[in-house]
Amino acid sequence: MEFLGLYNYWVFAILLMTGLYAVISRANLIKKLLGMTIFQAAVFLLYISMDKVDGATAPIIPAGAVDQLYSNPLPQVLILTAIVVGIATLSLGLAIVVRIRESYGTIEEDEIRGMDEE
Amino acid sequence: MVTLFGVFLLTLLVITAFGIVRAQHLFVAVMLSGIFSLQMAAIFFILDAADVALTEAAVGAGVATVLMLGALALTDDRERGPKPHRWAPIVVVSVTTLMVIYATFDKPRLGDPEAPVHRHVAPWYLEETPRLIDVPNVVTAILASFRGYDTLGELFVIFTAGIGVLFLLANPSKRGALSLLPSAEAEGLRHHLVPRVVGRLLVPFIVLFGLYVQFHGDYGPGGGFQAGALISAGFILYALIEGEGTALQAMSFRLLRGMIAGGALLFVAVGIAGMLSGGNFLDYSVLSANPVAGQHLGILLVEAGVGLTVTGTLLTVFHAFAAREQSR
Repeated sequence: MEFLGLYNYWVFAILLMTGLYAVISRANLIKKLLGMTIFQAAVFLLYISMDKVDGATAPIIPAGAVDQLYSNPLPQVLILTAIVVGIATLSLGLAIVVRIRESYGTIEEDEIRGMDEE
Repeated sequence: MVTLFGVFLLTLLVITAFGIVRAQHLFVAVMLSGIFSLQMAAIFFILDAADVALTEAAVGAGVATVLMLGALALTDDRERGPKPHRWAPIVVVSVTTLMVIYATFDKPRLGDPEAPVHRHVAPWYLEETPRLIDVPNVVTAILASFRGYDTLGELFVIFTAGIGVLFLLANPSKRGALSLLPSAEAEGLRHHLVPRVVGRLLVPFIVLFGLYVQFHGDYGPGGGFQAGALISAGFILYALIEGEGTALQAMSFRLLRGMIAGGALLFVAVGIAGMLSGGNFLDYSVLSANPVAGQHLGILLVEAGVGLTVTGTLLTVFHAFAAREQSR
């Protein structure tokens, strides 16, 4: 099972680059935003993977608990707020895409660039 | 057993991500991204991050999917047909993946208690929280008290994003004020039997659970961010069933606007109250004669501020997308 100790980080690497691939290779703006969400989720996975401690439980300390291990609370705080900030920025991105669609009639990047060059 | 389940979920996550990138139909891609978030929440739960799992489930699988669908309704739900294959992105991405995977061989194994990340400030938080703040949930203690500055900054990011969406999408009404009122024909799913009956049953319980998560955040997994996402998910469900007009009567745009600004102001006001009582900005110990009681009061107020702003922003964003749909 030793080699599985790094599996989370391999999945992180693959997800990160899957998201990046969608952002750089797809012309559709909504697809780019979905790629950005995957990229973001990969970073969340990296942080939360680092908080795990063997034999530990969630960092909620009940009264009178002794000799109990807890996972690291700090990455959890960072990611907890980052998730909600992520949805706020995603909605801003979607709003911009909607306005682009209303002005240009398309959400394909190359068509928008073509119209700008005319 | 749990390890194997984790490996299974992570593999499923990668497959779902490939599915999202490959799907030509954007509706399919958005639905897959909802599934992706739910799998992610399950993985967070296995990794002992209960608070994060709750947030991801409410935000990613709930609110984000609805917002994405709202945006799809205003744009196109199909990607334009397949285009000539480009090799450069694939090569770049593959090489970088291999490089990152190569770099992971220097990382400590998952769950290693000796990893550097566990040896810096984290033990201090775990040891001192019972004495200084005396709430069981260490995540809430760090979020609201020890690192209140970060949380305040992030709250302002959410606030700014909400204002930005309003500027981009709300329809300027005659008096120059922004309006989100949908037209009268917004009927929702009122005429569909099953969503109506099941949805009406669920809405009160979702909102009640949201309030529980809000006020029980000191003791169990929860807090303002999770509660805000849950309560707005409840109201979004209500709006989908009864129509946006009815939902705006229950929670008017004026109220939502007040909540966005009021929550952020409440957070700042608690910080300034600490300064006026002779402490530092966001130091809650001076709010009451007993420092621990002061911390409890400060955390309660700050979490309420976070909950107000998050609920207000998410609901305003939803209504902005929904109203745009009908004005086109």
